[in-house]
Amino acid sequence: MTANRWWWAFIPLGLLAALIVLVTQTGLLDRLRGPFPPVEVITVERVRLLPGRIELGIANAGPDPVTIAQVSVDEAFWNFTMSPSQTLGRFGRATVVLDYPWVENEAHVVSMLTSTGLTFEHGIALAVTTPVPTKASLWTFTLIGLYVGVIPVAIGLLFLPLIRRLSKGGLDFSLALTAGLLIFLGADALFEALENARAVPATLHGSALVVMGSVGTFLLLQLVGGSRARAESADGRRSVAWLIALSIGLHNLGEGLAIGAAYAIGEVSLGAFLIVGFMLHNTTEGLAIVAPVARDRPRLITLAAMGALAGIPTILGAWIGGYAFTATWATLFLAIGVGAIAQVVVALFRMFSRGEEPMWRPAIASGVLAGLLVMYATGLLVA
Amino acid sequence: MKKPTMTRRALLARGALGAAGLATAPRTLGAAEQALGRHGSHTPDLASTQGRVTRASIDPTAFLEHFDYGTVTTLPDGGTRREYTLTAVDAEIEVAPGVFYPAWTYNGQVPGPTLRATEGDLLRVVFVNAGTHAHTIHFHGIHPARMDGVYEVVNPGDRFVYEFTARPAGLQLYHCHAIPLKRHIAKGLYGTLIIDPKVPRPPAREMVMVLNGFDTNFDGTNEVYAVNTVPFAYHHDPIRVKKGELQRIYMVNILEFDLINSMHIHGNFFNVFRTGATTSSDFTDTLMFCQGERHIIEFTYEETGRFMFHAHQSEFAELGWMGVFEVVDEPSVIA
Repeated sequence: MTANRWWWAFIPLGLLAALIVLVTQTGLLDRLRGPFPPVEVITVERVRLLPGRIELGIANAGPDPVTIAQVSVDEAFWNFTMSPSQTLGRFGRATVVLDYPWVENEAHVVSMLTSTGLTFEHGIALAVTTPVPTKASLWTFTLIGLYVGVIPVAIGLLFLPLIRRLSKGGLDFSLALTAGLLIFLGADALFEALENARAVPATLHGSALVVMGSVGTFLLLQLVGGSRARAESADGRRSVAWLIALSIGLHNLGEGLAIGAAYAIGEVSLGAFLIVGFMLHNTTEGLAIVAPVARDRPRLITLAAMGALAGIPTILGAWIGGYAFTATWATLFLAIGVGAIAQVVVALFRMFSRGEEPMWRPAIASGVLAGLLVMYATGLLVA
Repeated sequence: MKKPTMTRRALLARGALGAAGLATAPRTLGAAEQALGRHGSHTPDLASTQGRVTRASIDPTAFLEHFDYGTVTTLPDGGTRREYTLTAVDAEIEVAPGVFYPAWTYNGQVPGPTLRATEGDLLRVVFVNAGTHAHTIHFHGIHPARMDGVYEVVNPGDRFVYEFTARPAGLQLYHCHAIPLKRHIAKGLYGTLIIDPKVPRPPAREMVMVLNGFDTNFDGTNEVYAVNTVPFAYHHDPIRVKKGELQRIYMVNILEFDLINSMHIHGNFFNVFRTGATTSSDFTDTLMFCQGERHIIEFTYEETGRFMFHAHQSEFAELGWMGVFEVVDEPSVIA
């Protein structure tokens, strides 16, 4: 009897299949379509600038095929090649290559003219050579990752001896501070994810990627480690620390991506003032990891592993960002970071509510507030 | 432009790199390659549309030297009557290789036929509107008000006969004057009317050039510029010019959206007869045209070789309004 109940699924599914056949195989579809011109939408996903050459990676973000008939640069028609084809089907992608003598450190506008006469423009705000994977550029991006992710996290870990010596209230405060920092980072990542989502081809639904990436990650981590992350045991607290490290790592992956991409297109200005702000701002990530396990005297190797998990993804992100940035990947990675952070914040708050004590006791509330303020204030240093 | 959003934290990253004193920044990676290759590769052939136009509604080379003298009848008083038929018809034309534009045309072509008569001829132009919108033909010249093609709007399916005496001698223009005027002109309803003086101009090789353009995405600016509709037509197929032979170009500017246009020739100067209605001329190598303005220019090349001609609005030139005179050393057959 229990096996037979699944047969009931065939009634709705069968009807649905019949309907699909009816719509696609009869003239119904043409009737619905109407006598309208095709809807053409082209999204530029990435730009590569090589000496004397511009390459655009483009995607068809509309429902109909699009043919790029001509390309102009700065209001001059220019010969180009396109692979695999000048026509992009639905979900189609192509690379447009122009042998164009672009000028370093100046702006250019590439305009694509479709067969129906529509134009899609893409501005290059500052033309600099896109790095290609060489030993030197790989090392550069590795350094970026080290400075953005690994070193600040490692420095933050050194708060451990201090936190260990704090009173119970002090420890509560430092954990709540961690929660505040993470809430700030999570909100930051969410806004960045949504910002990037706008540049995702419409067919891939950027905002849906943000929802799926964040909620999906949250639920996945909840399934995997959520039940183990408890304040009552040393194992549970270590699980919380691992989850924090993982979530910061995922966040830093997205961050490395953005920084690597920005650095690759030459949006880098240097100043000592910014370094100070950077150090203050990002060492807090290391503090966040050690706060839950401060009392448990974790082994050095465990701490180092946690630091690596939190920091090293920044290097990976910088590589991807530097060589193959697309808004789609950035959106997805940032959204995953959001979900991971949300899961950790939930785990932290579960640590706060223990026994008869009210959860929002002064040490907790002030700690969260302090965490937000620290992030905001150190952020001001580099605004 | 779509570039990664620079956030506060990304800005922070900049600082860290500065402190580290990185020796190898991506910006400098390709410096040597750039110095070697970038500035040496300006191939002129790259600055052009890709491919060739095959469905332009006219053959630019044939159109250049084709004049429609109409159906000629000698009147009882000894005068000449020339009859032409112009039919307004919607047509999709190729305005750049692979780019199709929903044009409104006279006789299915843009520009419309080049009508030619002699001063004093009686012109009879039968206009049939086979299009989808109301149209007219408004001729430049001296004629009665009811023949002016403004208030006598011809609805789709209707016809109208314009009758007037061809005057003054010179280079005239005709175009639709139905409203909205800008749209009716921009979509292709225009052509040239040449009225020869009773005393013919000196023998010359004669050409007609209509300076036009197309706003393919209807945003009020032209995406494509051309002489005789096809961008780079005479760049891809240069106009052969015989050394020492007098060249005369009837040049009409009907460009919409851009206030001025111009003609510049290389390696030479030309005589300008303003509106073709003057006997005095200016001597220059760059001539400005307002919208609707037209001039006859005359020149002779003394050297063989390839000489470019183009709008001196560089943007127009590189978006299609560019051509080449290929001057060859061949005997002229013009008397």
